Amino acid sequence: MLPFESLLKTLQTGSGFWNPLIWIVAIIVALLVVLIIRGFGKKDYKKGTTQTQAFLSGNPEYDKENMHIKGSNVYWGFSEIMRWIIQLLKKMHNGNVSDYVLWFVIIIAILFLSIIIPAGAI
Amino acid sequence: MNALDFIIANSPIFAVAIPLLGAFLTPIFGRINDKLRNIFAITIMIITTSIVFILAYDVITNGIRTYIFGAQDLTLPVVRILFEVDAMSSFMAIISVVLALVALIYSWAFMKENTGLDKYYTLLLLMTAGMLGMELTGDMFNFFVFLEITSISSAALVAFWINKGKSVEAGFKYIVISTIGALFVLFSVALFYGQYNALNMAIIAHSIQFSFLDKIALVLLIGALAMKAGIVPLHMWLPDAYSKAPSSITLILVGVTQASLYGLLRVCFTIYGKMITLSSISIGWILVLFGIVTILLGVIMAIAQSDLKRLIAFAAVGEIGYMILGIGTGLVTMSPDISAAGLTALKGGIFHIMNDALDVGLMFLVAGAIFYATRETSLDRLGGLARNMKYTTVFFIIGLLAVSGLPPMNGFASKLLIYESTYQLNPILAIIAILSSILLLAIFVKVLHSAFLGPALPRFNEVKEVPKSMLFAMAIIAGMIIIFGIFPDIVVNNIVEPAANALVDNAGYISKIMSLAGGA
Repeated sequence: MLPFESLLKTLQTGSGFWNPLIWIVAIIVALLVVLIIRGFGKKDYKKGTTQTQAFLSGNPEYDKENMHIKGSNVYWGFSEIMRWIIQLLKKMHNGNVSDYVLWFVIIIAILFLSIIIPAGAI
Repeated sequence: MNALDFIIANSPIFAVAIPLLGAFLTPIFGRINDKLRNIFAITIMIITTSIVFILAYDVITNGIRTYIFGAQDLTLPVVRILFEVDAMSSFMAIISVVLALVALIYSWAFMKENTGLDKYYTLLLLMTAGMLGMELTGDMFNFFVFLEITSISSAALVAFWINKGKSVEAGFKYIVISTIGALFVLFSVALFYGQYNALNMAIIAHSIQFSFLDKIALVLLIGALAMKAGIVPLHMWLPDAYSKAPSSITLILVGVTQASLYGLLRVCFTIYGKMITLSSISIGWILVLFGIVTILLGVIMAIAQSDLKRLIAFAAVGEIGYMILGIGTGLVTMSPDISAAGLTALKGGIFHIMNDALDVGLMFLVAGAIFYATRETSLDRLGGLARNMKYTTVFFIIGLLAVSGLPPMNGFASKLLIYESTYQLNPILAIIAILSSILLLAIFVKVLHSAFLGPALPRFNEVKEVPKSMLFAMAIIAGMIIIFGIFPDIVVNNIVEPAANALVDNAGYISKIMSLAGGA
């Protein structure tokens, strides 16, 4: 049976430490502060009025299916910048099992060169 | 000898034999009743899990446990197999049985509508027996045999949904890759046997001269096991297999991949440990390089995915990179003795093996729950599911925080150990690892937004929360993630550190067998 004190111990990470219990207490305190600040906010929110409708620069609201941003469109800009590398990597993953084996052969060859060729390299 | 002593003394063989025999008995129970078959399979796994926990407690308390099949006198020239269980083996066995047990509970409802479930449960138990055999054996040829058992049963389960062509294709790719990998392992075993007339890992490690043939065997073993472990660029089978297998099977496939990683660790630290310690450090650097490339490719490819299971599969590739990075850093610092930072890196890498199994495993179970409820895995078609699947959403958020390495979840603790120690090796490595972890967070926030948030979509109006057995399976893993996250020190001190110490103490591993052999 583990003694209770062991539950409170701090994980030593070599040059640092990590104690999740202290972190949780800090987060709870921060959340309380947030709640208090929120309490000072306006209280004139009315459910079911025009207040709750989406405002799209005066344009009519689309149907629900079209309002949701699809997975492929999230981080669109980031994906565009990374397009060159993503396309390159997708070419690697062509689904051809012969190519998978070719990669295995290439890696075996590289390992041979780095381990066997340099005499006493290990 | 009382009953408990008997169980402890025979626990290594019980851990493998019970699921193995259970696998062959499962179809008989299936003939009687489907529920009885499911209960039988879960009971078998509960017994196996209990035995593995007893074995692990015994090993961590009393040191290495051996079990000899055949002649007890190791000097006799008789065919025998030897299991040698140290803290690292038992650590891996714990992960395997937990994943298998959770997968069985999850399967109850998840696979209910499918036919051919006698075969499914039989193969699942075989796969577990194979995994445990790989982790508990101390014999290289026996390792190859269990690797084959695991590969064949896994390939059949990847292709279980044979009505879907892509599942069969993924199963085919898996068996091709597994067979090639196993063939190279067998070739390495033959090289050892030809030189040292031994198949036992400890005896090979004791005799190894690091001859030209030993170097060839090392290259082949690293290549084959790295491919089975899903290390870039040998990982390409992994997203195919992970994304096309039923989610319950994907959960165990994570364990199978890690069993191969364990094999790689045994090769580097135990069989060649003496040589790597005494010589130069290139193997460690090769692993560090593999680790960084694996992390980067995994996260970049995950960003580009719009299929949920394939996205998680690439994130899993990235997570494998963190383990390799930690373990490689540990290996680099083993010359001549492992440094404090190296041991911390190794502990981080080993702790991350367990955390990855839980975190990525939970993500796959959530993906399976979404598929079960909506018959959809495309992120372009999903949305608003949090309204109908509240518990699944909570489990997803727990998994998201854990995979991304956010405090206070378990992923943070292991990644922190890896970051700090790799920073001391080279700050750029730690920076890449941290930035990739941030990208992982972004990737799973995309999933949260695409699948769970947003307006309620009319086509999912009828969607309901998944059955209780699936929720229970996800709750077990989510609970472990939270507990390991809040009390990391207990896990590291009681399970991870003994495993790391056992791994670097190859002299202790060798001397245990040599003492049994009378110093022969």
